[in-house]
Amino acid sequence: MKIGVITFPGTLDDVDAQRAVRVGGNEAVALWHGDHDLQGVDAVILPGGFSYGDYLRCGAISRFAPIMTEVIEGAQKGLPVLGICNGFQMLVESHLLPGGLLRNDHLKFICRDQKLRIENNSTAWTSAFTQNQEIVVPLKNGEGQYVADADTIKRLEDEGRVVARYLDVNPNGSVNDIAGITNEAGNVVGLMPHPEHAVETLTGSGLDGLGFFTSLAEKAFA
Amino acid sequence: MPRVVVDVMPKPEILDPQGKAVLGALPRLGFTGVTEVRQGKRFELEIPEITDDALAQIEKLAETFLANTVIENYVVRVEEPAQEKAK
Repeated sequence: MKIGVITFPGTLDDVDAQRAVRVGGNEAVALWHGDHDLQGVDAVILPGGFSYGDYLRCGAISRFAPIMTEVIEGAQKGLPVLGICNGFQMLVESHLLPGGLLRNDHLKFICRDQKLRIENNSTAWTSAFTQNQEIVVPLKNGEGQYVADADTIKRLEDEGRVVARYLDVNPNGSVNDIAGITNEAGNVVGLMPHPEHAVETLTGSGLDGLGFFTSLAEKAFA
Repeated sequence: MPRVVVDVMPKPEILDPQGKAVLGALPRLGFTGVTEVRQGKRFELEIPEITDDALAQIEKLAETFLANTVIENYVVRVEEPAQEKAK
């Protein structure tokens, strides 16, 4: 499958995400924020970084990038979209996912290997995992505190839309230890930790992130 | 040139870690008696002329761009020229 990875000004993890896509057995297509063209890809990744220097709010300016018109339209029609870290922030700013992401409650940037539980393995991006599988992937953020009003949290929990939850420690004050969520249809997933940094033994964090990049193919051939 | 000010504040029910950090620093600096600090943003927009159309447009850009209404509230107001003499 062709998976597009969009580069914005200030994106950091686009090349890692492209590599993870290839390691996962898919074709990576580099997409540019300033184009109105998804080049016919089957899915899109919004990678991590500090687009527009996090000015105004994280992801707030990128959300209005030209290519986001096509991403939002596509997502509403079922195009699989994965937003990692800054990409997750873009997805909440686009209202493709509910809630918001605030400064970590302890105000410090955090960088650690984080244990997670995959609680929804029926999304386009998590079907390669077993239900409640525990994984460890890198986490690195300054504004990763997930918040939403009580009704939204209840709906996310009741509908099984919490995709990943922090285990052992809540690194940023996120409500209910939420690390990642999905939309109603399960095609859009936002995740604060970084599975794309855990796909090869060479770089030390294990292989636990790989499932996010193999799920699409598994689903297509299932 | 006429100025329109947009104040953006975190919603009351949203924890404001930055405001809390500022509050925590006050006693160390010898300032007492402050019980709450909330930190927000102020945008100053200059436009050629105050018109209903211009204000409607600023209202829209505040709602869609300057503030994220999931987590923030905003207020749009026209700044009177007399207030421009800052201390």
